[in-house]
Amino acid sequence: MSGALRNISYFVVMTALIVVVGQLQSWNLALSILNLCIISAIMALGVNIQWGYAGLFNVGVMGFAALGGLAAMLISVPPVQEAWAVGGTGVLLGFVTAIVTIAAAVFTFRSLARGTLRTLAIIVVCTLGYAITRSVFDPATDAIESVNPASTGYLGGFGLPILLSWPVGGIFAGCAAWVVGKITLGLRTDYLAIATLGISEIIVAMLKNEDWMTRGVKNVVGLPRPVPFEINLQQSQWFLDLCAKLGTAPVTFSSIFVKLCYAGLFTVVLLVVLYLSEKALRSPWGRMMRAIRDNEVSSNAMGKNIKARHLQVFILGSVVVGIAGAMLTTLDGQLTPASYQPLRFTFLIWVMVIVGGSGNNWGAVLGGFVIWYFWIQAEPLGIWLMNLITANMDAGSALRAHLLDSAQHMRLMTMGLILLLTLRFSPRGLIPEGSAKR
Amino acid sequence: MSYLIGEGMTGGYGSVDILHDCTIAVDKGEIAVIVGPNGAGKSTAMKAVFGMLNIHTGRIMLDGEDITALTPQARVAKGMAFVPQTNNIFPSMSVEQNLEMGAFLRRDDINGTLQEVYDLFPILKQKRNQNAGELSGGQRQQVAVGRALMTQPKVLMLDEPTAGVSPIVMDELFDLIIDIARTGLSILMVEQNARQALNIADKGYVLVQGRNRFTDTGHALMNNPDVRRSFLGG
Amino acid sequence: MENWLNAFALLSNFVIVPAIAYGSQLALGALGVTLVFGILRFSNFAHGDTMSLGTMVVILFTWWFQSMGINLGPLPTALLALPFGIFFCAVFVLLSDRFVYRFYRAKRADPVIYLIASVGIMFITNGIVRFIIGPDDQNFADGERFIIRAREFKEMTGLDQGVTIKLSQGLTFVTMIVVVAALFWFLNRTRSGKSMRAYSDNEDLALLSGINPDKVVAITWIIAAALATIAGTLYGLDKSFKPFTYFQLLLPIFAAAIVGGLGNPLGAIAGGFVIAFSEITITYAYKRFVEYLMPESWEAGGLIQLLSTDYKFAVSFIILLLVLLVRPHGIFKGTGV
Repeated sequence: MSGALRNISYFVVMTALIVVVGQLQSWNLALSILNLCIISAIMALGVNIQWGYAGLFNVGVMGFAALGGLAAMLISVPPVQEAWAVGGTGVLLGFVTAIVTIAAAVFTFRSLARGTLRTLAIIVVCTLGYAITRSVFDPATDAIESVNPASTGYLGGFGLPILLSWPVGGIFAGCAAWVVGKITLGLRTDYLAIATLGISEIIVAMLKNEDWMTRGVKNVVGLPRPVPFEINLQQSQWFLDLCAKLGTAPVTFSSIFVKLCYAGLFTVVLLVVLYLSEKALRSPWGRMMRAIRDNEVSSNAMGKNIKARHLQVFILGSVVVGIAGAMLTTLDGQLTPASYQPLRFTFLIWVMVIVGGSGNNWGAVLGGFVIWYFWIQAEPLGIWLMNLITANMDAGSALRAHLLDSAQHMRLMTMGLILLLTLRFSPRGLIPEGSAKR
Repeated sequence: MSYLIGEGMTGGYGSVDILHDCTIAVDKGEIAVIVGPNGAGKSTAMKAVFGMLNIHTGRIMLDGEDITALTPQARVAKGMAFVPQTNNIFPSMSVEQNLEMGAFLRRDDINGTLQEVYDLFPILKQKRNQNAGELSGGQRQQVAVGRALMTQPKVLMLDEPTAGVSPIVMDELFDLIIDIARTGLSILMVEQNARQALNIADKGYVLVQGRNRFTDTGHALMNNPDVRRSFLGG
Repeated sequence: MENWLNAFALLSNFVIVPAIAYGSQLALGALGVTLVFGILRFSNFAHGDTMSLGTMVVILFTWWFQSMGINLGPLPTALLALPFGIFFCAVFVLLSDRFVYRFYRAKRADPVIYLIASVGIMFITNGIVRFIIGPDDQNFADGERFIIRAREFKEMTGLDQGVTIKLSQGLTFVTMIVVVAALFWFLNRTRSGKSMRAYSDNEDLALLSGINPDKVVAITWIIAAALATIAGTLYGLDKSFKPFTYFQLLLPIFAAAIVGGLGNPLGAIAGGFVIAFSEITITYAYKRFVEYLMPESWEAGGLIQLLSTDYKFAVSFIILLLVLLVRPHGIFKGTGV
């Protein structure tokens, strides 16, 4: 079948492109690109589950990825005992009062009849609960933040293996998705889009400002790794033996080796997610999802509970994005809240899904690879192009300096153009739905 | 030749033909009615005449001019007016604004026509500043017909004007349609209530599965035993 | 009594005056979003970046005028540059309609496809703005100018607490009133405006009445571009211009439009003020306000701030969710469900 052949050839070309980078630039770079390609592919799979299976437009990918990042940090770093001592109880108490407040508000909502009285009662309960929560929470967080602020100033985490954070990141993202989905699903698609945009901005604002939890813009660096450190490798005898056997320099090879370890771990996750997504897509559940997407009215008439199904699929997709977010932070080895940019984390993923082929898991994976590859390679390309354009200009000209300086912003335009061109001329993407290898 | 004629129309939505060599015509000052069972392509035939769906064979002639290639908007300018079955008013605009929008293409003074419509539908004059969406079903239908009349059309096309209104209002609407025809307009309408419609029709078309089955004067069709048995319930 | 007046002056200075200015900016932005929604039936995610594009052109012209010594006396030079900004912005959105949206309109595509296309336009606009003017803060006001300074106010009233009204704030409010009045006159009184309302109300019937859809769409885009440029310029004069901030304005603007009922112009204005007042009253620190009202010996324990200003987006978001929970059509009935 020529379709399958074409699809396979896409992946072959993609592999070749990465090999070319390895040969021409460096294997280190090729592997960093590969690792981020895999993570992008997983994120794209998550978005594809929402968009491709159910037609849900999630503009908050960044927020769900950031929650994954938060999980990676919270699970892996050791707790700061001193901070726990001064503020731990306060923070926990704050959480308890917050939960009690929410429970009380829900109880009031359920037990009173609709009307002004209920509205007033809920406002009173919320205000009171909020005031109490703040009064226990604020002193505690202040105390925590003043504990050695230059190096800690936060509670730290649980000191558990960082790999554990991948599923936990998924759970965090799933919980956030439940809240947003519960409220906005069942309304126009636009509302879901705007609500997800909102929640992602808020999640990132929280990461930036809740210093007691994340150190905010001071970042948490040096997260524990699931793979060995380069320096340790260079000192182990078996590694040096391996290098001698391969005839490579230990310093270069150690970083390649570490990246290969990550690539191995990530590939396992990618394959598992891909397998499960494909399995789900081909199951009766997947067929039902597509039936709902293609004709909401008649599915509704058939008695399918569309809102519940949409909520399910929205949470599932967000979980996958959360897992990928945790993996990304693991790879980076640090949580840097300021690095969460919507253009990079939300809209780039969308370009991947649309270009790859909406509704097709293989397409999403391919899109993740292709777009990330070009996103990375577009920068040197843009600078090269600008150099070419400005080559004849006066070296001191302000325009030349400006053009060279602005080359990086060309990437945004290119991505927008790719998105629009695909949407217009090949709306089904590189690997259209229903054409994948079966 | 008739004033407006859709001749040998074949076509439909997408690749499936709904109409097969179907011919519909109406003369000046006449009422022509299209009746037939559900799914016979009655509304489709009407839309084809108005250019709202593509026909690949056949042609539409208005006053001796071939208008097959014209858009619906261009047909409005040529003196055709169409009242859809549903969603036929601007709900958040006042009655008077609805009528004004009907005369959108006219650049001359529309007050005379406005007065004629108000004379025809006195209730609309009373409610002229009320939002059309707040009116009753029969009144909305009057707004819809009034809006169409504002262009001073030569042909008025009505798609099931009595759908969903009470029997009393239905009779009123039929009376009004006769009044309108007397002013010299041609009226082409699709009707579910075949009996009443054929009663007032100068010409009747019975369509079955997109084809002309019977074509005659309204009176003759009413008296045709085949038509009576199959479509009028005996 | 004087304490009460002081407290009120304090509130005016830090809450009421800024909220009126901010509310006017949001209202203008939300009007643009709601008009595009009413006519073209999709949420335009590129609107924030359209604002920044128009504002960028205004800034470039302002700098040029400033360098030539052209000014408007007491008023900001940017007002002189505004028509140029509107012109270029309108040309840009019309081109984007011609090359992107028109295709989907002809196909009667699903609204979500427009949404994705608008994301593509957003990328490109964002890239153009950053490419030309850079991602950083830009200042294009002619120095701070005031209608009332705190010192003058104190001398005038004899209160301890001053009220400052910046020229940009006053100008924002006046401009908003003028623009809104002109817009409503246009929509309710002119032929083109009425045809827009008719098209928004019932697209098919508008076509049957002979209304030219291309013309309606073009006018809508031009108005949206004008509103976006004016809103963006006023925001930039009042605060500062930074491309990313304008992208982030999408959330409060959409919240305002949805709170007011998508597709309803009057609702968009009300929504803008609801969002602005909530955002500022909730993030304002009431410490000094309470101190004025309490006996002298009493001292506030903290800032008495409901929510840190870092979370101002959370306010729009929560209001948005509440409205969607309780009244999905918005306070005023919109066309969107």
